[in-house]
Amino acid sequence: MSAHRPLPRWADIALLPALNLLLAFLVSGLVVLLVGENPFHAIQVILYGAFGYGDGFGYTLYYATNFIFTGLAVAVAAHAGLFNIGGDGQAYVAGLGAVVVALALDQTHWLIAMPLAVIAAGAVGGFWAFVPGWLQAKRGSHVVITTIMFNFIASALMVYMVNRVLKPASTMAPESETIEVAGRVPQLRQFFSFFGYSPVNLSIVIAIAALIGVYILIWHTKFGYAMRVLGANPTASRYAGISNSKMIMITMTISGALAGMVAINEVMGVQNRLVLDFVAGAGFVGIAVALMGRNHPIGIALAAILFGALYQGGQELQFVIPGITREMIVVIQALVILFTGAMEGLFRPSLERAFMLLSPEQKSEAIAVSTAKPES
Amino acid sequence: MDLAVILSVLDATIRLSTPLLLACLAGLYSERAGIFDIGLEGKMLAAAFAAGAVAAISGSAWLGLLAGMAVSLSTTLLQGAAAITLKGNQLIAGVAINMLAAGMTTFLGQTWFSQGGRTPALSEGGRFSPITLPFANELSGVPILGPIYSELISGHYILVYVAFIMVAVTAFVLYRTRFGLRLRAVGENPKAVDTAGISVVKQRYQAIIITGLLCGLAGAYFSIAQGSGFGNNMTAGKGYIALAALIFAKWKPVPAMFTCLLFGFLDALQIRLQNFELPVIGVVPVQAIQALPYVLTVVLLAGFIGKAVGPKAGGVPYTKER
Repeated sequence: MSAHRPLPRWADIALLPALNLLLAFLVSGLVVLLVGENPFHAIQVILYGAFGYGDGFGYTLYYATNFIFTGLAVAVAAHAGLFNIGGDGQAYVAGLGAVVVALALDQTHWLIAMPLAVIAAGAVGGFWAFVPGWLQAKRGSHVVITTIMFNFIASALMVYMVNRVLKPASTMAPESETIEVAGRVPQLRQFFSFFGYSPVNLSIVIAIAALIGVYILIWHTKFGYAMRVLGANPTASRYAGISNSKMIMITMTISGALAGMVAINEVMGVQNRLVLDFVAGAGFVGIAVALMGRNHPIGIALAAILFGALYQGGQELQFVIPGITREMIVVIQALVILFTGAMEGLFRPSLERAFMLLSPEQKSEAIAVSTAKPES
Repeated sequence: MDLAVILSVLDATIRLSTPLLLACLAGLYSERAGIFDIGLEGKMLAAAFAAGAVAAISGSAWLGLLAGMAVSLSTTLLQGAAAITLKGNQLIAGVAINMLAAGMTTFLGQTWFSQGGRTPALSEGGRFSPITLPFANELSGVPILGPIYSELISGHYILVYVAFIMVAVTAFVLYRTRFGLRLRAVGENPKAVDTAGISVVKQRYQAIIITGLLCGLAGAYFSIAQGSGFGNNMTAGKGYIALAALIFAKWKPVPAMFTCLLFGFLDALQIRLQNFELPVIGVVPVQAIQALPYVLTVVLLAGFIGKAVGPKAGGVPYTKER
């Protein structure tokens, strides 16, 4: 038996992600060096672009809003031991719910349109995740594969819906009718001129509410407890009288509904109409955000802002340094997923050993374990 | 429809199913050894880029193919390091690989060639040319069988023939060799394999090396056979269709071939059916046909038509008892 001591809590939730992030940045920096640019200059540009002025910061928050939703979607499913890889598709079809309600109510007031659109987008996005959940719970098909397939089905469906159903006969571009001002989610710049022309809007309030809601749901309700039991040990949850299949279906629905909120931000807050591919990969960023944020709302908020800053700074980057395109951000994102998600085993064992040697009582224990005891 | 139309659809079917088939067989080796691979798409994309770039610079299709296979292999080994050695989550490793390939290919393509992510168009020798089988021209006059031989079977790229030969090779390796038996065993019950004194880790690495090489072939097919040069996101989700085909074929080589042909046929049909009016149904939306492979896979996975049960140890990193 090796003495296996878990890391101290702070190291687990802060030090390890920080190390992994550092490694991801280091590798990205090497890639930047490889193409003959200065990585430090690049970081400077990204930081200024993301936080340096009102417009940039507004854009950072706008991206972060999307990533909070998709990050929470991945995290909620992860707590129940499910990997929802279909946030992209769920957010995409949720656009249908959002745009239908917004177009129907755009003569009234956003205070009426927005809550109803939230419900509609949540219902449609939730449904798109419920089906894979149902298939896993009742028919035993793997939720990962099904949600991947549903991403592609969603994109075929949406191309059809936008082109054949939602597009007014008078326009050529593949997009729905424009939502009247009264049906749009108000921009933050209407209240604070600080944000300039950036599209950050009141959807960010829904995002903050979702962060708090998910925190309460997971750690302060019976349902959340049941979810975590299912995630930790499905057999135990069965013996405890929890209906695993019901839990899977409800959890996936919540997860999909959260992803669906992206549609509120994009359709009602930014584009003011339904356009093709408005999700733009936010569902996959959500995976990185949830991994970085350790599936905790506070972590997710921080990781979402980090990725929001990378996306906004990356836009800036390609203007300032023409040698670096914004795809560099996708590379960083992939490396973060790789190091924090798949290569967790890279630092953890050595960190655990280091911590054992650092604390005196653990050190003596470690030595006792590593020196062979005489057979009695 | 007359023979010429049918032949041209079937010809397109073969061309479109080839990369699916190569990727599907690639996934088969990995998944049969107990490693879920949703990174097929990324490996193909990376290979397509490397093949396109090297073929453009060197002017040799063979060097391009080699580069594609090398890049795909190293990407696979990175994924393997995460999924096998570090015992990380295989699915997340796959997601990371897909994203890494999507970002890197566009980024490097733009920086190196400055053509919006495209690699330069290939010269004559930089691209594989179709192979005319013996007597194809002489026999084309023979009724029915002649055109079938000269149009459908002859006149494809070498990678097409390699793909179909690989089906037979894979079936043989998997079911008739010691290596294949061990491969299937580590996917079903790694502990038993370990007890028999065979290294699970080594066996799994051997499997993914084959996966990497086959993905390299599939990726190269896009940029230096079917196309002339690499374009942004060239594989366009074909890696996921190959994954779907693998599940649909229940992880077996010969059914994999038929599934890939079916999915390739749907793809060919979709191009042909644009604005084409069918009797009874009317115009079929192209999107419906595009979504069909995914829908079929979901339906199959749900057990409504047969049951797809994957290798038992799939997705679980192997840890020896301490």
